[in-house]
Amino acid sequence: MAAVRDNVFPTRMNLTMTKTRLKGAETGHSLLKRKSEALTTRFRVIVRKIEDAKLKMGKVMQNASFSLAEVAYITGDISYQVRESAKHATFRVTAKQENVSGVLLPAFERDTTMGAGSQFELTGLGRGGQQIQKARAVYMTAVEMLVELASLQTAFVILDEVIKLTNRRVNAIEYVIIPRIENTISYINSELDEQDREEFYRLKKIQGKKKERAAAAQRAVVAKPAPDQGPVRDILAEQVDADIIF
Amino acid sequence: MAQAAHKDRTLIAAIGDEDTITGLLLAGIGDIDAHQRPNFLVVDTKTTHDTIEEEFTSFTQRKDIAIILINQHIADELRGILDEYSAAFPTVLEIPSKDHPYDPSKDSVLKRVQLILGD
Repeated sequence: MAAVRDNVFPTRMNLTMTKTRLKGAETGHSLLKRKSEALTTRFRVIVRKIEDAKLKMGKVMQNASFSLAEVAYITGDISYQVRESAKHATFRVTAKQENVSGVLLPAFERDTTMGAGSQFELTGLGRGGQQIQKARAVYMTAVEMLVELASLQTAFVILDEVIKLTNRRVNAIEYVIIPRIENTISYINSELDEQDREEFYRLKKIQGKKKERAAAAQRAVVAKPAPDQGPVRDILAEQVDADIIF
Repeated sequence: MAQAAHKDRTLIAAIGDEDTITGLLLAGIGDIDAHQRPNFLVVDTKTTHDTIEEEFTSFTQRKDIAIILINQHIADELRGILDEYSAAFPTVLEIPSKDHPYDPSKDSVLKRVQLILGD
């Protein structure tokens, strides 16, 4: 793992760029970590609520079945009648959204815009109408509770997903991206140092050569004159011209 | 993306025994769409496993359903599917029925909750 690094050319510009990237990765890491923490806090709250609500639901539903049993006792079996008259839902939900650090959590709410209660007004007209209306009211509250629980559960599923994703990203940055960038930086640094040393050595070498050459030239200047100087011809003495007489 | 996905989801579907469905219908969740498909299924002793499974799958694929309520003793038959079901929409909610009291240890979601709280 230690040798893993980006494939870049070791130049000063790339060094600067990589350093900027490192800074960016570190900022991103801390931001994501904070996001993950915020989500986890929220998640724990939701989990607690779900647990409570699920246990409460048992009681509420029991209550509701009991009120239906009362109806059955007074009116007889209404299930067929109820099933036949169900045409359009009067109990609908709408989803509104809540934003938790960039994650949209849907929350279901009972849609009250629908005119409630027109569907079963005539059910049990002959007998037990009151019980039926009562059972209806009980079931309505029960369903409202179920809706609330459902939105908690949806939030739970979504948050679970997002937290996993965020944690994966945090870990990827911490254990893969940052080490790789650091490796790249140290690689570029060592390459640059190497180049510096080479350059320095080269300059030294050139200087040495130059010095050598200068010394050689000096020596040549000092040594040469001796063998070159033969007997100097005395032109004046050599030529004994006859006198020219006009 | 998520916005458009759940804006149309307004219905509550239900799979359950006769009493549960009657009660829920009384509260007004019942709906029959343009294709004459109801959003509820009454399960009795004659209903086969395949029918329940088929209906559940079709509910999960419908775009207008926000929540699926399912009796726990019926959910037990679909346990394999439910444990694997992880989509946020529609939400599957297990509810107790008259004859079968609620057992939190069987609930797919609660199992995950406990898993998270446990660690």
